[in-house]
Amino acid sequence: MIQIAEKLIIQLDAVTRVYKVGVEHIHALDGVDLRIGENEYVAIMGPSGSGKSTLMNCLGCLDRATSGSYELDGQDTTKLSDAALAHVRNERIGFVFQSFELLGKLSALKNVEMPLIYSRNGWWARRKRAKDVLQRVGLAGRIKHRPNQLSGGEKQRVAIARALVCNPSILLADEPTGNLDSKTSEEILELFDQLHREGQTIILVTHEEHVANHAERIIKMKDGKICSDVSTGRTARKEASAENRSTEETT
Amino acid sequence: MRALINAPLAFLRLFYQSVYLALSQIWANKMRSFLTTIGIVIGVASVTAVIAALTGLKAQVLTQFETIGTNTIFVGPRRPKTGPMRHASWWTIRFLPEHFDGILENCPSVGLFSRLGSVGSHTARFGENSVENVNITGIEAAYHEIQNRPVILGREFSVIDNMQKNQVCLIDPKLQTELRLDRDCIGQAIRIGHQTFVIAGVIERRPELNFGQDAEDYYEVFIPFRTLYKLGEPGIWAFAASKSTEMTEEAQAEMKFFLRRTRGIRPNEPDTFRIDSVKSFLTSFNEVALMVTLVAGGVVGISLLVGGVGIMNIMLVSVSERTREIGLRKAVGAKNSAILTQFLIEAVVLCFFGGLVGLGLGQCLTLIISGINPVLEKTYIPVWAVGLAFGFAGSVGIFFGLFPAVKAARLDPIEALRHE
Ligand SMILES: Nc1ncnc2c1ncn2[C@@H]1O[C@H](COP(=O)(O)OP(=O)(O)O)[C@@H](O)[C@H]1O
Ligand SMILES: [Mg+2]
Repeated sequence: MIQIAEKLIIQLDAVTRVYKVGVEHIHALDGVDLRIGENEYVAIMGPSGSGKSTLMNCLGCLDRATSGSYELDGQDTTKLSDAALAHVRNERIGFVFQSFELLGKLSALKNVEMPLIYSRNGWWARRKRAKDVLQRVGLAGRIKHRPNQLSGGEKQRVAIARALVCNPSILLADEPTGNLDSKTSEEILELFDQLHREGQTIILVTHEEHVANHAERIIKMKDGKICSDVSTGRTARKEASAENRSTEETT
Repeated sequence: MRALINAPLAFLRLFYQSVYLALSQIWANKMRSFLTTIGIVIGVASVTAVIAALTGLKAQVLTQFETIGTNTIFVGPRRPKTGPMRHASWWTIRFLPEHFDGILENCPSVGLFSRLGSVGSHTARFGENSVENVNITGIEAAYHEIQNRPVILGREFSVIDNMQKNQVCLIDPKLQTELRLDRDCIGQAIRIGHQTFVIAGVIERRPELNFGQDAEDYYEVFIPFRTLYKLGEPGIWAFAASKSTEMTEEAQAEMKFFLRRTRGIRPNEPDTFRIDSVKSFLTSFNEVALMVTLVAGGVVGISLLVGGVGIMNIMLVSVSERTREIGLRKAVGAKNSAILTQFLIEAVVLCFFGGLVGLGLGQCLTLIISGINPVLEKTYIPVWAVGLAFGFAGSVGIFFGLFPAVKAARLDPIEALRHE
């Protein structure tokens, strides 16, 4: 594997995830190898049931692989305890969900502060950090609003701010525009572009071609396997990525 | 070093955050929280009120006996529960003065002894003024010391007064005013029945010695025991004091032996009199108090149990309502222990809240109790009962909150986020 002056964030080797339903074994992930470097912007596509969400859950340390190894930031996560995984989720991973998952009783600011409550280092300056990151996603004027006082796009911005508040190594977004109209989707995707330009590593799952085209690399999945992995040629950083990616073959 | 500081800090942060979350959760579900904690409220209110009432009663009883003296012994006639004397008339089993002759010589543990006699109430007169229903009690000289009841003016009775059947009396200060006697009334004479008595002294008023009697129109006059016979045939009883509180039981045994002999009771027959000590009364009072405490404790325990089940129920509802929230919190990095702490603290805060309301209610009950009965006016909630109430409430919270909290902590984050 060729690796040029680029730090690997994610390294999956032969990862499987098998669900047992009765006597049946469902191979939601069936031998996935994947490498993603720092500041890449990756879109994962594939038909429903192809294992995209399962992959995201494994990447986000919400779920454990049945077999195979997963290194995040050079650290093997397969042997970590539940508490250590919680810590990894807190410090290195930012999750954005399709249905936002904001707590309805808390203001935007409190929602964004929430991950810092569970953080060792972020607790003391949590208010300031939450305000800063809300500013970054363009919601400086909405910090006191409750989720039900916000539009769909604004809600997703709050959720993105919450994902970013601990300065994660990767931002994982599972169909982040799935609940939004096309205009708002475009705004959110512009925000992702901006974050990417600022150096954020992003992985998002989508059905839609035009969403995937915002990324610089598109991975297609089918039946728990990666079936294609191509560069879109969209960003300025494609030279470095192209070599990095050559290890993944189309099936 | 960092880790050493970080661990407790992390817990403090979590604690602070959990209390904050719990309070906002309770505030958000005000009505539900209130209804849930009713069991705890009632439990805590009743335990504090019962403890307060008992404390008050105890304080009252103790001050009463302190003034009498804990080595005091009371002797009076009593029908036995068995034997031929079971249906005997009071007249047959009455005490005669000579039953007590030589008691001090024969009972070495008895330090002081006084016969007492009563001829009921009479009218006392001084010139034109009269007071009806004055209690006439005949006493011997030792009475003052046994009952710890000195005179405030004049002199106490002496042995001579009794021996010579002197027509002297001790009056209570209220009677002195009612009869419009002089300020220094020593030597003035009052009439009781057809007899005249010269006032030898004014004795302290001690309404608390007459448990429950209306202190307002209660007047007392004391005359020497032997003089009493001039007013009629008295009912007789006696007061004694053992040489020390520790010797009370011995003194009682000696007196029992002595009185059985003087009253001619055969060996296999039961006593026709009673010998009670303040000490034994206190012991049985404490037993009753303990019983009441235990029964109340049982009732309170049941209501706390019911309250606890209510808490558990509402916490389970809360956990299932907030499954997605739990999933999210885990996804952003909450450890199982953090979720556990959050829900446990929520249950405990709920119980403390119930405890606080219960304490308020208990205080109201206590005020009502102390208001309706003067015997219980010393009623108050002692500090330890407040601690006990909160301790109980907190334990109920931890005990019944644990199961829902563990359930919440064990939720799988992915499943939880998919929950609808
Ligand atoms: N908890 C589960 N238990 C059993 N099977 C599951 C579970 N979660 C997902 N699966 C199965 O795994 C496969 C992949 O699911 P998923 O990763 O959610 O697909 P996608 O997100 O690409 O639509 C599907 O066949 C799905 O039925
Ligand atoms: Mg999915």
